[in-house]
Amino acid sequence: MKYTKEHEWLRVEGDLVVVGITEHAATQLGDVVFVELPETDTMVAEGDEVCVIESVKAASDILAPVDGEIVAVNQKLADAPALVNEDPTGAGWFFKMKLDDLSVLDQFMDEDEYQDLIG
Amino acid sequence: MADLDGAELLLLGLDALHEGLGGKMVPFAGYRMPVQYPDGVMKEHLHTRSAAGLFDVSHMGQVILRPTGSMDELKLAFEALMPVDVLGLAEGRQRYGLFTNDAGGILDDLMFTNRGHHLYVVVNAACKAADIAHMIAGMPGVSVEPVTDRALLALQGPGAEAALAGLLPGVAAMRFMDHRVFGDIWVSRSGYTGEDGFEISIPEAGAEAFARKLLAQPGVAPIGLGARDSLRLEAGLCLYGHDIDTTTSPVEANLTWAIQKARKAGGAREGGFPGAARILKELAEGPERLRVGLRPEGRAPMREGVELFAEDGTPVGRVTSGGFGPSVNAPIAMGYVARAHAMLGATLLGEVRGKRMPVTVTEMPFQPTTYKR
Repeated sequence: MKYTKEHEWLRVEGDLVVVGITEHAATQLGDVVFVELPETDTMVAEGDEVCVIESVKAASDILAPVDGEIVAVNQKLADAPALVNEDPTGAGWFFKMKLDDLSVLDQFMDEDEYQDLIG
Repeated sequence: MADLDGAELLLLGLDALHEGLGGKMVPFAGYRMPVQYPDGVMKEHLHTRSAAGLFDVSHMGQVILRPTGSMDELKLAFEALMPVDVLGLAEGRQRYGLFTNDAGGILDDLMFTNRGHHLYVVVNAACKAADIAHMIAGMPGVSVEPVTDRALLALQGPGAEAALAGLLPGVAAMRFMDHRVFGDIWVSRSGYTGEDGFEISIPEAGAEAFARKLLAQPGVAPIGLGARDSLRLEAGLCLYGHDIDTTTSPVEANLTWAIQKARKAGGAREGGFPGAARILKELAEGPERLRVGLRPEGRAPMREGVELFAEDGTPVGRVTSGGFGPSVNAPIAMGYVARAHAMLGATLLGEVRGKRMPVTVTEMPFQPTTYKR
């Protein structure tokens, strides 16, 4: 698992990468009450706002961590946004991306580096 | 402890208790306050509606108004600042009030109590210095005495009566908006959640021990500012500085229920409060805009600042408070809408992230109130 400074986790699954937010981020956001998911089969660029998460406190954006194509989204979040809090690194995933080259993930933090960040 | 502006934050008397309970402390109205505890806003909200929630609202301003002449003179002097019947308030009863300005806008909203020989007033934290100055300037001959050595706790929810009666058995006999004194503890049966409950003013020296005893009662949990906001939103209650301010009149704010007959046209003491010309005119002819309840379709919350449009695209208003209602289990909001569009059941459009989403004008409260009348 890799981590971004924006508190997203990235997990390689075959030739795809699954994206979600970390437990730390979910705790900071508070109870998630709404998730706006991106369209599938769309090309996105690194830094694009692809999801909106609304918690009881505020709205936050999820940014595309890298360039690529959104090939799947977690439709369960539409009816059960609380999955983001209950299981942020499992059932609470947001979307899956197809990348040209998975080696771009090397730039991101590993578990230890991320733990240091949130220390 | 400094906030983002570098200004010193005031510490609540119960600061250590909040820290010990795992409260997440944030700056609010110049104070360091718990926005939530480890349970989080959603659970705290639902707990208050199903059991009992304890809130520290000691940041609010408590003030005693003491007459130099008769009590009736004091009541009439206070009436000169508000479109509210003070004279008719019986001893041991509390009432909602509003300070208005000459333009008919709202300077603050407040609760006041007739305590026989004086009035006891509770005002908003962010307004308290201005309110005190306003009362001193507006009521010559009245002694305006800020109460600075007392905490203010709120215990709210269906379990509040049993929990507080465990310490003060006499509270069980109180009804909504009653006020009673138990030694040096002052109790009102009121609150800001839509639930039955109490507000408890207690000398700071004994406040932490009392709060701990309340927390030890069955079903009582500490609740932060986050849930306080979602609870009051579901109850349709205004937050000063957001839903009401110096630009909104009490009539526009849909607070005409707070203006008793005695102060309206044809009443025994008609007018005679700041902004009476505008307020009486709006009572007679209707206001240009009205605060209404709003139910967004779907699950996306509409928060403060969301612009509202008629279905033909005409701008008609703005959301002043909004979010997710945990008990309603849906997004809810309130805002001001041009009168022609402020009809129950009307569909408007709220613009969220560039998209216009349907929203229905609805009655408030969103969640039925459970006051013990």
